[in-house]
Amino acid sequence: MKPAPFAYLRPTSLDEALDALRTRRDAHILAGGQSLIAMLNLRLLRPALLIDIQSLRELDDIALQDDAVIIGAGVTQEAALAHPSVRTHVPLLHRSLPLVGHYQTRSRGTVCGSIAHADPAAELPLALAVLGGDVMLRARRHRRTVPATAFFHEKLLTHRRPEEMLVATRWPCRTPRTGYAIEEFCRRHVDAAIVAAAARVRQMRDGTITARLGLGGVSGRPMVIEGIFTGTWDAMLQQAAQAVTGGDDLHASRAYRQDLARSLARRVLETALAESEDA
Amino acid sequence: MREIAADATAAIRVEVDGRPVAAAVAPRLLLTDFLQHIAFAHGVHVGCEQGICGACTVLIDGRIARACLTFAIQADGQSVKTVASLAAPDGTLNTLQQAFARHFALQCGFCTPGILMSATRFLQDNPKPSRDDVRHMLSGHLCRCTGYYPIIEAILDAAGEHHPPSQETPS
Repeated sequence: MKPAPFAYLRPTSLDEALDALRTRRDAHILAGGQSLIAMLNLRLLRPALLIDIQSLRELDDIALQDDAVIIGAGVTQEAALAHPSVRTHVPLLHRSLPLVGHYQTRSRGTVCGSIAHADPAAELPLALAVLGGDVMLRARRHRRTVPATAFFHEKLLTHRRPEEMLVATRWPCRTPRTGYAIEEFCRRHVDAAIVAAAARVRQMRDGTITARLGLGGVSGRPMVIEGIFTGTWDAMLQQAAQAVTGGDDLHASRAYRQDLARSLARRVLETALAESEDA
Repeated sequence: MREIAADATAAIRVEVDGRPVAAAVAPRLLLTDFLQHIAFAHGVHVGCEQGICGACTVLIDGRIARACLTFAIQADGQSVKTVASLAAPDGTLNTLQQAFARHFALQCGFCTPGILMSATRFLQDNPKPSRDDVRHMLSGHLCRCTGYYPIIEAILDAAGEHHPPSQETPS
């Protein structure tokens, strides 16, 4: 199908883009467009105005700042995957990116676009939530930083206000004695995950082993569970199954997703634990 | 560029396979339709129009893109390469195309232009890909004739790697 008519603006500065967001009704940001344009073609969305940010060079940066890597809204998934800072400092992101879309869509699709799109089965929202990362929002008259776990609301819905633009995401750097893992199950390598799981496992100084487990595809947003390793992961696996509130759709039943959530959760927790012992 | 109203057009200039094409386009015109109906680049096949099938894959300024997930207006001032750019002007097929012919890597040919463009960029990024690398890249394309197996063989062959047919079951 073809998109419904829309007006098109290619601003030459971020302020111009933010002005348009503030003053215009039903305006959408167009970055890589790899999810947005498919939705427009299917007429799932009929925005009045598209604000194309592809030529705003100030959004193209990947910067190491304090203890995090900041990725601007113009950075493609392909560029992030190839970036040394991402590989060195944010291993979970580096391992998640090859699972995003296709080789052919990562060249235009952006990291921040995937976060803004907020598909509950998508890898990058899950990874950002598990790492405890942040979403950086700007409007013409204010800016704010929101933890990823508080940003996602429901399927394809976030707490971004209409006048705000997601200008960057903040990915916490790896820490010593910490392991990271992501796994997902889908019918084909590039399909939307039926269930995705990611984990961060950390060996604390007092000998405690703490974990953050994230699950995608199980409800309207990525779910994060915190817990500790007690010689077994059983308590967290129980919670993982309970986190499955969605499901029972064309692709899988809820019971099947609960079973998958347990299996994948165990796998990522064990992989991350093993890495934390070596790291 | 000033704002283009929904019912207005913008004058754009796109280089298509080395040929300048100028046109007035509405914002909602997809690059697939621009290439097909305005630039007459009929090697760009239009399948699903939702970024899944890969038949419309082209290179924009050398970078891989789904033409159906790009608006023509976004390609203003850029260079688009389609499958028609691959063979020499006298019609001699390039190494990749010859490998496709040798391995019978196409039957109906609908998906082939997109796969050739993907493989072109892929082999620049990965001159010596593994079989798995090729399979992952190909997962961005749908082919209903070949079962993919001869396509994988052709791409590995074009990469100059001698890969004896593996023990794996054709996928």
